[in-house]
Amino acid sequence: MRVLVAISGGVDSSVAAARLVAEGHDVVGATLKLWGGPQSSGCCSVADVDDARRVAQQLGIAHHVFNLTEDFERDVVGPYVAAHAEGRTPNPCIECNRRIKFDVLLARARRLGFDRLATGHHARVRARPGGFSLRRGADPLKDQSYVLSMLGQSQLAAVVLPVGDMTKDQVRAEARRLGLRTAAKPDSQDVCFVHDAEGRGGFLSSRLELHGAEVVCDESGRRLGAVDAVELVTVGQRRGLPAAGERRYAVDVDVTARRVTVAPASRAFVDELTVQPGTLTWVGRRLEDGAEALAQLSAHGRPARCTLGSSDAPGVGRLTVRFASPERPVAPGQTVALYDPEDPDEVLGGGIVASSRRLAPAPR
Amino acid sequence: MRDEVVEAMAPFAGLVYGHASGHHRQARAARQALEDARDQVADLLGAAPGEVVFTSGGTEGDNLAVFGVLWAAARRDGGAGSVVVSSAVEHPAVLEACSVAAARLPGVAHVVAGVDSRGVLDLDRLDEALDEDVALVSVMLANNELGTVQPLPAVVAHVRDRAPRAAVHTDAVQAAAWLDVPASAPGVDLVTISGHKLGGPKGTGALVVREGTELDALFVGGGQERARRAGTHDVAGAVGLATALAAVAKEREEESVRVAGLRDRLADGLLEAVPAAVEVAERASVLPGHCHLCFAGVEREELVVLLDEAGVCVSGGAACASGALEPSHVLSAVGLPPAVARGSIRFSLGHTSTPEDVERALAVVPEAVARLRA
Repeated sequence: MRVLVAISGGVDSSVAAARLVAEGHDVVGATLKLWGGPQSSGCCSVADVDDARRVAQQLGIAHHVFNLTEDFERDVVGPYVAAHAEGRTPNPCIECNRRIKFDVLLARARRLGFDRLATGHHARVRARPGGFSLRRGADPLKDQSYVLSMLGQSQLAAVVLPVGDMTKDQVRAEARRLGLRTAAKPDSQDVCFVHDAEGRGGFLSSRLELHGAEVVCDESGRRLGAVDAVELVTVGQRRGLPAAGERRYAVDVDVTARRVTVAPASRAFVDELTVQPGTLTWVGRRLEDGAEALAQLSAHGRPARCTLGSSDAPGVGRLTVRFASPERPVAPGQTVALYDPEDPDEVLGGGIVASSRRLAPAPR
Repeated sequence: MRDEVVEAMAPFAGLVYGHASGHHRQARAARQALEDARDQVADLLGAAPGEVVFTSGGTEGDNLAVFGVLWAAARRDGGAGSVVVSSAVEHPAVLEACSVAAARLPGVAHVVAGVDSRGVLDLDRLDEALDEDVALVSVMLANNELGTVQPLPAVVAHVRDRAPRAAVHTDAVQAAAWLDVPASAPGVDLVTISGHKLGGPKGTGALVVREGTELDALFVGGGQERARRAGTHDVAGAVGLATALAAVAKEREEESVRVAGLRDRLADGLLEAVPAAVEVAERASVLPGHCHLCFAGVEREELVVLLDEAGVCVSGGAACASGALEPSHVLSAVGLPPAVARGSIRFSLGHTSTPEDVERALAVVPEAVARLRA
């Protein structure tokens, strides 16, 4: 098969490319230039492109660099900034997968006559009767099925994930065995367009006007303190908020009112979240009201048992996810990935959180 | 590289290894070769030997011309304002040198003179920028992307008339492969050439600095090249450069006709076979080896990949440090809409191009474009 491998300059995509070459496929590597501004981390900085090119040379495959900075700014960075202005906390790496890697890049691969697009993601695609399934990667610590939970059948049919059945240690061992330059390279951790020196706050302050806000108690409404930038506060966070005696979580962020509501741990729970209409995707069949699932709310978060339902908002038909036990508050804009409770490695679908409902405190 | 260039350089890989600035017999042999090369380059560029400064290539030559003249002007005029005027389609080695100079040197401003819709310098825009504050005017003899030849004789005339303090620099890196530089740009004060565009070695070049043109060196500490460019000479490189320039001059007339014929066949063939293909430049003012077309509704990055796989090597544009294509400042200076510019491809033909190359391109390109548009 002709396979286009997205090589980022990291060890996973390097080994993904190597495996495909070893299997005898006609492989071409492509690195994406997504961000032209300053950047520290791995994932497609100039140094990473050099590493990717070098790996391609070592594997004897052609290598191209695709300039997708315009698409990236429009589809990932712009929305990231806009979401923060509205008090939402998006996951830009998920948007990059949704809009760039498995959309723009996939379309390009098809136009260029490739049979498949491959990446180094730690997840597995399996053929099964009726279509394809998406499953967690073999290494639970590195599983990336969460950030791929938006993929649907037509995408899964065109995608290959060559390192999904390997542990990270196995990937590195393979890279070392092949003498690849990237064998010992540390994994990239942070958002690729925010560099260490500036941090998220520095980046957003260059694009948005940031506003101070009051921090108030959830129960009494009493003012507990203030924060410099309401746009930087995430529902569910504890750090950086006035404690006034005990650790408090942000349970609500109201940018317009310039107010952050905090609650102590004992009162910071949600029992249900709703998914933003239009963001819900199913890997295979759509689940019905009342179906049970496991909800994962962060890249490596513990999946929570839940039941799916529809909100009663008229005409909207919003998916609700009702937790079996109370969970910590979830920030609007985060992704909820759903897994099969009978087969917890299997991804069912996902969506973006619109809001989460606070559990009413037990009466005293 | 041309065979004769490799041959001419060979002795310098081993036998003749003296340092051209040294005092012993080996050094003298190296020095002799260097000066023979200098004489040859000077002759072909219509300059005196003392006016030829050997450099590491086009980028260095352009940087030396821009910074060298502006530093000297600043020194001479005691911090008074200096303006550098460049066309909008200069190579980044000129444009960026100008903007860096404007950013770093007090009193320096960079003014850009626009081009018309065919990529030729607009002399009215140039005139607007010319006055007694201008210390340097830089207009390339031919643009590397479109291949358009710029009206240097008119530029010189206008500058002498309206900006008496200004030196005129021309980046002839692309042009020198096809044009007789002194005939095409008479009276110019500074000329940049580069070996690799002539079938010579990469990493070699020369800057002609007319007698009387004040220029401060970029590289100091050795005094070579009459204190205009310090550093141990690349004797082999200079010999290679001179040999390449001589070979080009010798074949120029015949090759121009031959290659222009191939180019016309390619350009006309593609314009006919590919719908919605645009030729921005006016064919008559383009160098013989340039065929630059824009295919609407196509991403040049994708076309480059398909053509590369079919054995046709083209350029989609300038690459940045990561190797990704950057939007073309030349095409935006021409006023081309971004949607059309995204489909721009340059085919460069030269002394190694054959009719078979053209036929191959004609067979491959229309199909590749159609596929990407489907």
